[in-house]
Amino acid sequence: MTVTERAVATAGPGAAAARVAFRDWGWRYAARSEWAVRGLDLTIEPGERVAVVGPSGAGKSTLLRAVAAVLPDEPDDADDTAAATTGSVTVDGSDPATVRGRVGLVMQDPEAHTVMSRIGDDVAFGCENTGVPRPEIWERVVAALGVVGLDLPLDRSTTRLSGGQRQRLALAGVLAMRPGVLVLDEPCANLDPDGVEQVHDAVAALLDATGATMLVVEHRIGTWLDLVDRLVLLEPGGGVVASGAPDVVLEEHGAALDAAGVWVPGREPARGSARGPARAGGTGGAGVRPARAGGTGGAGNRARDRNNPLAPSATAESTQPEAVHASGTTLLVARGLATARSRRERVGSGIDLEVVAGRVLAITGPNGVGKSTLGLTLAGLIRPFAGRLDATAPLAAGIGVAPHRWTSRQLAARIGTVFQDPEHQFIAGSVAEELAVGPRSLGLPDAGDRADVLLDRLGLRHLADANPFTLSGGEQRRLAIGAVVASAPPVIVLDEPTSGQDRATWAAVAGLLGDLADTGSAVVVVTHDRDLVRALDADEVVLHTDGAVPVTREESPSRAVAQEARP
Amino acid sequence: MSTWTTHADPVAGTAPPVRPRRGVRGVQPVASLLGVLALGVCLVLSLDVVSAAVALGLELALLPLLRIPVRTLLLRTSPVLVAVPFTALSIALYGRPSGREWFDLGFAHVTDGSLTLALATALRVLAVGLPAVVLFIRADPTDLADGLAQILRLPARFVLGALAAIRMITLLGDDWRQLAMARRARGVAETGRIRRGASMAFALLVLALRRATTLAVAMESRGFGARGRRTWARPARFAGPEWAMIAVLVGIGVVAIVVAVCLGTWRA
Repeated sequence: MTVTERAVATAGPGAAAARVAFRDWGWRYAARSEWAVRGLDLTIEPGERVAVVGPSGAGKSTLLRAVAAVLPDEPDDADDTAAATTGSVTVDGSDPATVRGRVGLVMQDPEAHTVMSRIGDDVAFGCENTGVPRPEIWERVVAALGVVGLDLPLDRSTTRLSGGQRQRLALAGVLAMRPGVLVLDEPCANLDPDGVEQVHDAVAALLDATGATMLVVEHRIGTWLDLVDRLVLLEPGGGVVASGAPDVVLEEHGAALDAAGVWVPGREPARGSARGPARAGGTGGAGVRPARAGGTGGAGNRARDRNNPLAPSATAESTQPEAVHASGTTLLVARGLATARSRRERVGSGIDLEVVAGRVLAITGPNGVGKSTLGLTLAGLIRPFAGRLDATAPLAAGIGVAPHRWTSRQLAARIGTVFQDPEHQFIAGSVAEELAVGPRSLGLPDAGDRADVLLDRLGLRHLADANPFTLSGGEQRRLAIGAVVASAPPVIVLDEPTSGQDRATWAAVAGLLGDLADTGSAVVVVTHDRDLVRALDADEVVLHTDGAVPVTREESPSRAVAQEARP
Repeated sequence: MSTWTTHADPVAGTAPPVRPRRGVRGVQPVASLLGVLALGVCLVLSLDVVSAAVALGLELALLPLLRIPVRTLLLRTSPVLVAVPFTALSIALYGRPSGREWFDLGFAHVTDGSLTLALATALRVLAVGLPAVVLFIRADPTDLADGLAQILRLPARFVLGALAAIRMITLLGDDWRQLAMARRARGVAETGRIRRGASMAFALLVLALRRATTLAVAMESRGFGARGRRTWARPARFAGPEWAMIAVLVGIGVVAIVVAVCLGTWRA
C-alpha cells in the first residue's frame, strides 16, 4: 500500500492526514545570534512517516515545534534581539498556528506534560480546547485509550503512572483530537525498554487508526525504523544532507549518521568496550580521575597517578579513606536489604549484593521496583527500611559502618552520587567552581588544581565561567559526573547516567565510568541502558519486588580478549 | 472506514465517567465556597459571644455528617486551632478597655470588655475557619476548577492555568527532597545554611520554570488558548445538593443572628 492509499483508506471523519511543508524555512531564537535552523526545504506528504536525525544543534526539536506551532516568542523584524524567521512552514497550506489541533505533539519528559490529575480528564483536555461537544468527547476518550492500550479507569490518578504509561496517555490525548500530523520529539528518550516497546506499539496502533502523517525525532532511531517510510538526515543549521528510504540512507550515510551521534542499529558497542585495555581511543588512557595515589593495591595502571600533580598532600583530612582500593576489595555489603522512600512505602526487599572496588555494578529491572531508591540507599542518602547495609573496614576507615549515619562530609569522602537530573546537584555559580566545591568541602588543599585538570578532561574548558544551569543536557551530564569524581570517592553511585543522551555524550559518559572502574573505583549504575551495561562489562543484578537476582554473564569474545590483555 | 465508530463503546462512551461520590462529598465545591463566604458575612455583622457560639455549636453538631477521621480533622484544622489562642490573647491585652480591670501592664489592659471581645473573636474565627477547612479537605481541585469556570464564569485560561500549577506543587516537593539529598551527597549539608538554602531555592526556581515552560508547551500544543469556544468534558452541576449546602451554611448564620437578637446580645 502506498503512502497516499494508506492516507485515503484510513482517514476517519475530520482526521485526514495533513501535508507538512517547509520552504526555505529558518528560525532564530530570541537573544541568540546563531540560527537554530536555516534554509530548510522539506515536504512531507499526507500519511507519510518520516524520521528526522542529525547532530545536536541541527534544530530537530525546533522544526518539530514549528509544525506544532509552539515555538516561544513572536518574531519581530524591528527588534534585533527578538526571534526571527525566514521562509514558511505550513500544515495543509496554512500557518500551523491557525490549525491548532491538526498537529499532535508528544515530547520527551513524560512527567512534565501531563496536564490534568485524572486519566480521562487528561485525554479530554485537547478536545475541550478545540470545542468538541461533551458526549463526543467521552466517546473519543474511551476510543483513544483503547487504541493506545491504556486499560485503566478514567478516574484513575495520573500521578502514579510509569513513564511508558504516561507517554501512552499523552498519545491518547493527541489521538482524541484526531490529528492530521503526529509529531514525536524523542518520546522514548527517558523510558526503559518495556516503556519503549509500549510507546512504539501505541504509535503503530495510532497510525493504523488515523493514517496520520508522522514526524519523529529520536537518538535511538532503531525504535522507529519499522514504522517510517523515510529517513531525513540534517546537518547543523538545518540543511538536508540525505533523505530517502531508511535502508538506503543507513547504508549510504552510515559514517555521517555515526558522526551525528545517531544510534544506528547494528552498531551497538561491544562488551567491555568502555573498559581498560579493550578500549581504543575514547577519552584516552590517561584516566579521568584526579586520583590520590597510595592505594593499597599496586596495579600497574595506577603507577601514573604517583606522578599526578593532584596526588594527596600530607595535609589532607586524616579520616579520609584511601581513594583507591585494590581491585576486588569489597567496600559495601547489603544483606536482606529493604528500601523505602518514606516510612510507609516499602519498594524493595530481600536485596543481597556487594559493591567491589574496580568493578561496575549495574542495577537493572523494570520500572517501579525501586532501582533509584536502592541507588540512593547504597549512596547513604536514604536509611534502609530493613536489613543491613554496611561499609567494610577499608571504606569506613574508622567511622561507623552505616552510611546513612555518616555526616555529609564523611559521606562525600567515601561515596559520591550523580543524580538522574544533574540540575538537582549543582551548587555553584560557574562550571569551574562546581568542580572545586566537592574537594574544597573535604578540606583538600588542591581543589583548584583538580577542577582545572577536570575541565580539560571533560571538554568543558570553554565553559569554565558559565553557570551550570545554562549548559546543554550533555554538558550538564559530564559536569555532574566530573563534580563528583573531583572528590575522588572510592564508591560512585549514578542514577540513569545515559538516559536521553545522544551517542556522543553517551560515549563520553561510558568512557568516564570505564576509566573510574579501571583506576580502582567501585562504580554503581542504576540503569535500563543495555548498551551501557555491556560496554562497561558490568556485574548486573536485576531487581525484583522481592529481591535482587545476579545475572550470570555469558563470556563474550571481547571480554575474553580483554582479560588476556590485562597484566 | 472510521476507527472511531468501531472502537467507541456505545454505553460507556457517551457519558462522562460517573464518579462514585455521594452525599456531602459530591457537592460541587463552588457551592461550599459561596456558602462559607455567606456564613462569614453573617458572622462579621455582630461582635457578640452568643452569635459566634451558636454558629460554632451548630457546626460541631453537623460535623459528624462529614465522617472525617478525628486525626485528619485535627491535622487540617491545626492552623486555625493555633491561630485562635494568639488572636484571643492579643485582643484580651489590647482590645478596647471597658468594665472591671484585671491587669494593667501600662501598655496593655485586661478588662471585662476586652476579655469578652477576645472570647467572641476566638469563637468567630473558629466558626468561619472550621467549615472553610473541613468542606475543602476532600474537595477535588479539578471539580473546583470546573465550578469556577462553568458556574462562576471565571476565565478558563486563568482557572486551568492555576489547576495545572497545583499539580506541579507535588513535583516541586519531590525536587526539594532531591536537592537536599544532593547537598548531603556533596558534603556541603553541614555548613553555610543560608548559602545552601539560597542555592536550593535558586535550583528549585530554575526547575519550576523549566517544568512550567514544558507544561505550557504541552497545553498549547493541545489547543489550550485557541480561539473559539471551549467545551467542558465534565458538567459542573448546580442543583439540589448545592442549594442545600448553601442553605445549611446561610441557615447557620441566620440562626446565630436571630438567637443573638432575641437574647439582646446583638452588637452591630
